[in-house]
Amino acid sequence: MKKIAKFALGLGVLLAGAAAVVWALNVQDEVDVRAPMARAAASDSLIARGAYLALAGNCMTCHTAVGGQSYAGGRPIDTPFGTVFTSNLTPDDKTGMGTWSPAHFWRALHNGRSKSGRLLYPAFPYTSYTQVTREDSDALFAYLGSLPAVAQPNRPHALRFPYQSQAALAVWRALYFSPGVYQPDASRNAEWNRGAYLVKGLGHCAACHTPRNALGASNENLNLAGGLIPMQNWYAPSLTSPHEAGVGDWRRADIVSLLQTGVSPQASVIGPMAEVVQRSTQHLSPEDLGAMARFLKELPQTQARSAPANAPVAAPPPVQDAGSAVLTGGAKLYDQHCAQCHGDQGQGVTNAYPAMAGNRAVTMPQTANLVQIVLNGGYAPATPGNPRPFGMPPFVLVLSDSDVAAVLTHLRSAWGNQAGEVTALEVNRIRSRRAP
Amino acid sequence: MTKTPFDFLARGFAAILLLAGGLYGPAHAAASFEDSIAQRTLACTACHGPQGRAAPDGYYPRLAGKPAGYLYNQLLNFRDGRRHYGLMTQLLEPLGGPVGDAYLMEIAQYFSRLDLPYPAPLPTTASPALLRQGRRLVMQGDAARQIPACVQCHGQAMTGVAPHIPGLLGLPRDYLNAQLGAWKAGQRRAHAPDCMKAVVARLSPEDINAVASWVAAQPLPANTKPLTALPALAPGAVAIDCGSAPPATAQTAPMKASK
Repeated sequence: MKKIAKFALGLGVLLAGAAAVVWALNVQDEVDVRAPMARAAASDSLIARGAYLALAGNCMTCHTAVGGQSYAGGRPIDTPFGTVFTSNLTPDDKTGMGTWSPAHFWRALHNGRSKSGRLLYPAFPYTSYTQVTREDSDALFAYLGSLPAVAQPNRPHALRFPYQSQAALAVWRALYFSPGVYQPDASRNAEWNRGAYLVKGLGHCAACHTPRNALGASNENLNLAGGLIPMQNWYAPSLTSPHEAGVGDWRRADIVSLLQTGVSPQASVIGPMAEVVQRSTQHLSPEDLGAMARFLKELPQTQARSAPANAPVAAPPPVQDAGSAVLTGGAKLYDQHCAQCHGDQGQGVTNAYPAMAGNRAVTMPQTANLVQIVLNGGYAPATPGNPRPFGMPPFVLVLSDSDVAAVLTHLRSAWGNQAGEVTALEVNRIRSRRAP
Repeated sequence: MTKTPFDFLARGFAAILLLAGGLYGPAHAAASFEDSIAQRTLACTACHGPQGRAAPDGYYPRLAGKPAGYLYNQLLNFRDGRRHYGLMTQLLEPLGGPVGDAYLMEIAQYFSRLDLPYPAPLPTTASPALLRQGRRLVMQGDAARQIPACVQCHGQAMTGVAPHIPGLLGLPRDYLNAQLGAWKAGQRRAHAPDCMKAVVARLSPEDINAVASWVAAQPLPANTKPLTALPALAPGAVAIDCGSAPPATAQTAPMKASK
């Protein structure tokens, strides 16, 4: 009996200790939100600066429902754990942030906690935004406070057990989140540091381009090494691999061009990144884009052609095994449906249609994007630098799963390309919007 | 770009090669790239075809010759969540902002200028009684139920009114049924005030089927072009306020063609 009591006591102490550690980790580096914080009238320049930063952070995209009022929230964000609904950021007293202080906003951005102290779900990328400076946080808050108030109550999240509980979230945060403003690297110049600050902080590039583990946490050791975007069946390619979207050997001007106009001599953006360019990066100053380009260009490049650990990858190159019938069928389909634009030798058309021969987007191990583009088509974003983009037609109604697989397998192995086959199973998975 | 005699020579040569290929060899698609708005809208015509096209998941309506303002509004509706079709929304999402708006207008104007023949209507299987009911609603409306005649806005010949009101002919019954049904269910919306929503709300499912059946069976008139001004109101008819066709522009000449 005594033994059991001792064991229970020990277990209790252990649990209490663990809870205390989790709690301590959850409130580290917090400001005192009770301190009186006069809400000084924001100057126009502060508001303008906040508006710019809100574009850099692409805040409006998630915090606006389709067809809804800007920044009034309500957009569903699908996650592997359920659906999160974004919140109303307008200064409405009842349903928005009307009664928030700059310290409350800072705590949300920096510590991931709401005004009430509630832990926020990291679908709100505070794991990146924590790097934002207090000064920039205050500017953002001033801008949001200048918006017209919209009365629109926040929708409760629809998350599955146990993810809906604050305790589970606290444990997650204790494991994967620690707050911290970006610390400049003294061995680098100001421009590189500005680029790093934007990419890692407001730009929250890691939210997509860094692989996530089974609990949805980004693996910091594989920073920007490419990741599957949860629920969307798009792959954000590695920014550190010369075989994916690494830009180490690009001209700086071309990196800027891609972020500013959506197109560059080497590549163009489509899918989720088209939205990022459309709504965020095209609005940034040439200086900031130059700084981001510099940082991205100087990211340590991995040489090995390896796929991120958690990412399912197309079968290794059994192109010979794919069966010559598949390849012949693929070549025929290519001639029939693709060659008119992409060229009979996969050469593409300069400034209009990307080449297939030697195109990293075609040959990288992850094939989800290829399938997406063939099935659903797409346009590069319309920007002042590329106001009338060319478009890829959807083939979802025209080509069967095995047709899409055959044509993709063909173009991954023709004209010097040497990449593995795409299976009808993979096409079917994406067509039916199943997670990998 | 100015054309040199060499261009014509090269083209002629290419045409001969193409012909030879067609006659003697396996058909190889020649790279026939021309930077044009038609080229830039291949993503549209792939599904819609030149005259509209039936597909496994529904009907892709014709774009050619529809009023530019109407087409433009539909592009905005899909992009901004007033109409729902995943493929359209996904295609249009990157074409946002003022630059995207201008491009969508150019696309709309391009399709509005296309002049292609309409297919003949499919033979109808609807009962004469249903067709009579449809004809009455389309041509006269139902004053007792405050249902205006379709032709009050869409024109006596139902060829639409430039730039904002679409023609109704050359569309299959199922498509018309689906669109009216979507309006009734709130799945299809237009700019506020949404006059079609108000009209369709007063139609019963049977009315909708009657209207769709009769309209789909009508042959095309000799002149299929949209009118340039709203027809005069019939005696007793009440003008309708439509957000998608503001009166200031609805009665002006068709939009200036860009080029």
